[in-house]
Amino acid sequence: MIIAVASGKGGTGKTTVASSLALVAAEKGEVLFLDCDVEEPNGHIMLKPRWHKKETVRVPVPEINQEKCTLCGRCAEVCAFHALVVLPREVMLFPTMCHGCGGCWHLCPTGAISPGWREIGQVEEGSSGKIGFVQGRLNVGEAISPPLIQAVKERIRPGVLNIIDAPPGTSCPVIRAVKGAGFCLLVTEPTPFGLHDLELAYEMAIRLGVPCGVAVNRSDGDDSSIRQFCHDNSVPLLFQLPQDREVARGYARGIPAVEVRPEWKGHFLALLAFLEKGGYARCAN
Amino acid sequence: MRELVVLSGKGGTGKTTVCGNLAVLASSKVMADCDVDAANLYLLLDPVLKSSSPFYGLKKATINREKCLGCNLCLHLCRYDAIGPGFVVDPVLCEGCTVCYHACPCGAVEMIEHVAGHLFLSDTRYGPLVHARLGIAEDNSGKLVAAVRKEARRLAEEGTKELIITDGPPGIGCPAISCLSGADLVLVVAEPTFSGRHDLERVLELAKHFGCRAAVCINKWDLEPENTRALESLCNRYSVPVVGYLPYDESVMEAVKGGRPVIQECSGPMEEGILALWDELKALLELR
Ligand code: SF4
Ligand code: SF4
Repeated sequence: MIIAVASGKGGTGKTTVASSLALVAAEKGEVLFLDCDVEEPNGHIMLKPRWHKKETVRVPVPEINQEKCTLCGRCAEVCAFHALVVLPREVMLFPTMCHGCGGCWHLCPTGAISPGWREIGQVEEGSSGKIGFVQGRLNVGEAISPPLIQAVKERIRPGVLNIIDAPPGTSCPVIRAVKGAGFCLLVTEPTPFGLHDLELAYEMAIRLGVPCGVAVNRSDGDDSSIRQFCHDNSVPLLFQLPQDREVARGYARGIPAVEVRPEWKGHFLALLAFLEKGGYARCAN
Repeated sequence: MRELVVLSGKGGTGKTTVCGNLAVLASSKVMADCDVDAANLYLLLDPVLKSSSPFYGLKKATINREKCLGCNLCLHLCRYDAIGPGFVVDPVLCEGCTVCYHACPCGAVEMIEHVAGHLFLSDTRYGPLVHARLGIAEDNSGKLVAAVRKEARRLAEEGTKELIITDGPPGIGCPAISCLSGADLVLVVAEPTFSGRHDLERVLELAKHFGCRAAVCINKWDLEPENTRALESLCNRYSVPVVGYLPYDESVMEAVKGGRPVIQECSGPMEEGILALWDELKALLELR
């Protein structure tokens, strides 16, 4: 089973929920935690894995043989991402703008361009007790993360519980992370920001055809706006975690919420039971 | 005219809340919300929508079945697996690279205009606000960010405003990079958590990479003073000044819940912190 934890925006407590869920689930069976927030992978701070393996992830980029190049300008013309500029004496490539589509090397009339490789980040694998751990780490200044997210997801293990910590937002990187999950847990907080971002994240999950449920973080007891949203859209409201300064401090020091507040484990156990029973199948819209 | 870009390395550190407060304090400015994935600033500023215009993303391919000979060349060349059985293009997967369009021997591929989002112009009681909304699953957030900034610049020039306050997107990817060019100062809002340190380091690295002047504001600094010191020494290492310290204050949540900038309801250390931050920023930006 693959569970994606998403939130529409950052800072709602996605990593808090995902890491606590992993810890609780690991008491019952095998778990793999996949941190797909490759711009800011933070899950390792909570779960403190020991690393076993590191692999670089590469994407294709053109290699230009300036000798064969006649400066005809065809490659710059076909590059929809403006990654190539033909100067009076040479062709210049802006690697971070290149999407590796291959247009330039397929269409160059003199065969001056061939596909090469460029490193965009790493996939690191390790384990934390019984939790298997995979994370992607995008190199700083790198703009394109979906291939790296893809590389993390290639490590998904069938037959175990895979927990994907998704990046924030609702654009390509999140889509790439959540796509194919069996269930998406949407973490929100009871503010207008939280509600607004929940609406977007919900729309995204629907678009991908992934059934979802909501968890409220930092609840002050009055979550009427979120409750209303869940009711109106028939999305299950799975649990509410209260606003808690000690948990916030724990987070600050890298201590997972369920370690600060073991009594919260029940919420996660209930979630696991809900998933096991396939309760979510009914919420696929 | 100056542009202040507020970034954070990740979401939820209080970037938008800080921007909302600066928007109240600055007198002559335009606000730009560049978090085009999940724009939130307008929720604090009670705006009246004035205009909305479509934002066009890269054109996407469609295949004209009448002209198609079924040679499979496009299928073979498409690196995004966007072309499915029967030569139907999946618009979510198509990145608009035009490889199929150029390669097709019989001109069967057409590139079709496509609306990827919207750009909004609003009036608020604190001044004009430019914001945007990128469609779900759309690419090109960097381009939309650039469009928001361009519009804010135009408005600021037209109204001879002193300052543009840009609420940046989270992260250090394409949209954040798109916010850096030409900014006068990047204010990074950081929090004193373990992950906050990582996030801060990555944004400072990014600002350095693009040669931008940066300053840091530590939000909830008293949550974990030891980590706050770690953030300070990190800033030191990057020769970036810490220009603000805001306390952990549950009234912030209350204000945000009511959709109001914090400065209008807080007092004590929070209020002092925000005012002091604004003074420092004014000095750094050489504003009156
Ligand atoms: S591979 Fe595609 S995106 Fe990259 S430079 Fe060539 S045409 Fe442009
Ligand atoms: S290249 Fe043109 S003719 Fe060949 S399969 Fe693609 S659309 Fe059809």
